[in-house]
Amino acid sequence: MKINDVILRTVTKAVIFIILTLGVYLFFAGHHSPGGGFIGGLVLASAIVLLYLANDIETVHKGLPFNFKKVAAIGVLLATGTAMVSIFFNRPFLTQVATYIELPLLGKTSFSSVTLFEAGVALTVVGTVVTIILSISEEE
Amino acid sequence: MIHTLLLVALALFSLSIAITLYRVIKGPTMPDRAIALDTIGVNLLSAIAIVSIVLQTKAYLEAILILGILAFIGTIAFTKYIERGVVIERKSDR
Repeated sequence: MKINDVILRTVTKAVIFIILTLGVYLFFAGHHSPGGGFIGGLVLASAIVLLYLANDIETVHKGLPFNFKKVAAIGVLLATGTAMVSIFFNRPFLTQVATYIELPLLGKTSFSSVTLFEAGVALTVVGTVVTIILSISEEE
Repeated sequence: MIHTLLLVALALFSLSIAITLYRVIKGPTMPDRAIALDTIGVNLLSAIAIVSIVLQTKAYLEAILILGILAFIGTIAFTKYIERGVVIERKSDR
């Protein structure tokens, strides 16, 4: 059965970039304002779910050849890894550091290890949400 | 003056959401319910925008964007389920 869904595909091509940009913005905004790894990860996962809705599983797997269970595992490893580094410096678990570095083009830029932890949280959320949605929408 | 106007608009949006909720529950067919849910999403988004004007804050802008995205994706999922009986296809037959 052939169903014409050219409108959905065309709209998806434009909207997917807006959603991905919002996800990355929310991920980096989490330091001082609403946002953070969890919300950014959820928005990125909704972008991937929109790709699955507009196309089908095999086409998306051809373009995004990730095993999303492994993505979630790498995220947990990154989050707990950055949390455990502080133990080796005689600090409590989950201690984070922040510093300012003078960069040649950008000037005084703030760097903090929370960003790595949040990246782990975001990867975990993306992997888990996509895995859940793919497994509850199985046809069989 | 503008404050009263905003509060009246907020009340009208609530009324509109209540009327649309009646269509969600009663709606004779499934496409009626899908369109009613999308309309609830758009009305809720506008109500949040008016609340953010009343409170004079920018903190709700991300909530508005995310609600718009989720309403869009939800409507697509509903319509795909109604039309084809499956939300995400294993392999498309085109």
